[in-house]
Amino acid sequence: MALTHPPPARNGLVWRQLDHWRARWRRTWRGSAITNFVLPVLYLLAMGVGLGSYVDDGGATASLGGADYLDFIAPGLLATAAMQNAVGASTWPVMGAIRWDKTYYAMIATPLRVRDILIGNLGLVTARLTLTAAVFWLVLALFGIVVLPWAVLAVPAAVLVGLAHATPCFAYAAWLDRETGFMLLYRVGVVPMFLFSGAFFPVSQLPDALEWLARLMPLYHGVELVRGLVLGTPELLGDLGHVGYLGVWCVGGFVLADRMLARRLEG
Amino acid sequence: MQALVEARGLRKSYGTVEAVRGIDVTVRQGEAFGFLGPNGAGKSSTMRMIAAVSTASSGSLRVLGLDPATDGPEIRSRIGVCPQENTLDSELTVRENLLVYGRFFGLARPEVAKRADELLAFVQLTDKSAARVEELSGGLKRRLTVARSLINNPELLMLDEPTTGLDPQARHLLWDRLFRLKQGGTTLLLTTHYMDEAEQLCDRLMVIDEGVIVAEGSPVELIRDHSSREVCELRFGVDDDHEQLAHRLEELGERVEALPDRVLVYARDGEQVVRGVHELGLQPRSTLVRRSTLEDVFLRLTGRSLAD
Repeated sequence: MALTHPPPARNGLVWRQLDHWRARWRRTWRGSAITNFVLPVLYLLAMGVGLGSYVDDGGATASLGGADYLDFIAPGLLATAAMQNAVGASTWPVMGAIRWDKTYYAMIATPLRVRDILIGNLGLVTARLTLTAAVFWLVLALFGIVVLPWAVLAVPAAVLVGLAHATPCFAYAAWLDRETGFMLLYRVGVVPMFLFSGAFFPVSQLPDALEWLARLMPLYHGVELVRGLVLGTPELLGDLGHVGYLGVWCVGGFVLADRMLARRLEG
Repeated sequence: MQALVEARGLRKSYGTVEAVRGIDVTVRQGEAFGFLGPNGAGKSSTMRMIAAVSTASSGSLRVLGLDPATDGPEIRSRIGVCPQENTLDSELTVRENLLVYGRFFGLARPEVAKRADELLAFVQLTDKSAARVEELSGGLKRRLTVARSLINNPELLMLDEPTTGLDPQARHLLWDRLFRLKQGGTTLLLTTHYMDEAEQLCDRLMVIDEGVIVAEGSPVELIRDHSSREVCELRFGVDDDHEQLAHRLEELGERVEALPDRVLVYARDGEQVVRGVHELGLQPRSTLVRRSTLEDVFLRLTGRSLAD
C-alpha cells in the first residue's frame, strides 16, 4: 500500500497538530469552563461585595480612581486569572510532555519541528485563555461591571496578559530538571505578583522600592490595561505602553522557550 | 542495492563526553540491521542522529539519500521510530493515539483512520481501541508504540530496544510481528542488548562499545570469527578462587574466562573439556556444554558482559 507523503509545507506543520490538541481539549474544557465560572463569582462576592462594602464605607474611592471596590478589583481579577491559567497550562503539562509522558519526543520523531510543537502548544494555551477570559468577562457583565464598547477588548487583553506569562513559564518548565522548581516559581513569582501587582490595591500604596518592583512585573501592566478597558477609561498612550511591555515578555519568553525546548529534544 | 543509511566517521559529543566516537555504518534496503551493545554504548545517540532528531557533531550522514541537517522533516516523514521508552499520550485512547500521530505526517483523516484500524489488527489491539493508554500493560503499550511507528508506512523502521522490560510471551509476539514486517520488505534498524533478540531478528550486526565499532557481520559470522564452536560453563563453590582455577584450566581450551559466578572454557568440543576437568582432579558443582552465542562474542571483544 503506497501512502502519499505530502511535502512538509513551511508553515503547514503547526496545523497538523490540530487533531491532537482537539482530542486533549475535549477531555478538559468542560471542567475548566465550570471552574472558571465559579471561581470569579466566588472572588467577586467575597472580595468585591463583602470586603468591598468595608472599603467603600471607609472612603477609599478617591485613591481607587473614583471606582468603588468591586469595580476596582474585578478587572484586576480578570488579569490575574489569565496569569494563573497561563502559568498552570505552561508548567506541569510542559514538564509532563518532556519527562513523564514524553509526548514531545514522539512529536519530534515526526516531520514536526521544535518550533511547530511550541507554537502548537501555545495555540492550545491561547484557546484556553480565550475561553476562560470570555467566561470571566460574562461574569463581570452579570455583575454589571463592564462598560461597552471598550470592555470587549478586555478579553484579547487578558489573553495577551496570559501569553506574556505563558512563554517564559514554558521556557522555565523546559529548562527545569525537577518539578520542585515550580514550587519556587509559585512562591517567588506567582503569589507575590498576584498580591502586589495592583489587582487588590493601587501599587502607589507600596513603599517606593516595592512599587518599582511591582511596575516591572508584567502582571502590573496587565492589570492596568484590563482595568482601563473594563471600566471604560482607556488611555491610548499608556495602554500602548502596557501592550508593548507585555509583548516584550511574550516574545522574549518565546525565544527562550524555543531554545530550551530544542536543547531538550534535539540534544 | 540502495543504501538507506550511510554514515562515515559519525561522532556525537555532549559537552565533554563523547558518546559516539567515529562510526561507519551502511544499512541496505530490505535488511534487518542491529546495533548490539551494553547500555551507554552510544547506540541510542547513533539512532537519534539517523532519525534526524539530533545533529551529528562531525562526520557525514545520509539517510534515504538526504542530509538530516537540512532535510529533517522530509526524512522523518519517511521513517518510523519506536523509541526506547514509550512516548504515548496517556490522556488519549489507543486509537486516538494513532489518529493524531498520523496527522503529524500530514496524512488525510480518512487515510489515517483506515491505516489505524489495519495497524490495530496487525498488533492485535483491535479490542482495546477505545481503552485509555494508561490502562494498558507494558507489553500492550509497546505493541501500540510499534503500531504508531508504522502509521506512515515507513521505508525504514527504527526500533530502540524494542523488547526491553517485556515478559517472554510479549517479546515473542513482538518478534513475530517484526519478522512479518521484515518478510514484507520493511528495512529494520534496531538496537538491543539482548543477544537472542539480535540472533532472532538481525541479518547483520554491529557490536558497539564505548562509542566505537568493535565488530561487524552476521550473527553466525561474528560467532565463527570471535568465539569457539562450543563453550563449557563450570560452576565451582563460592569460596573457590576463579582466577586461579582459570589458570589451571587454560590448557583445556582455546580461551578461558573467569566470571564472578562461573568459569567459561571456550573449545571446539565442550565434552572433551569436561573430561579434561575431571582428569585434572577438579570437581565443579555443575557443568554445562553449549554453543557459543553473541554474548560470548561480546565478552571476548570487550572483556565485559552484555547483561544490564
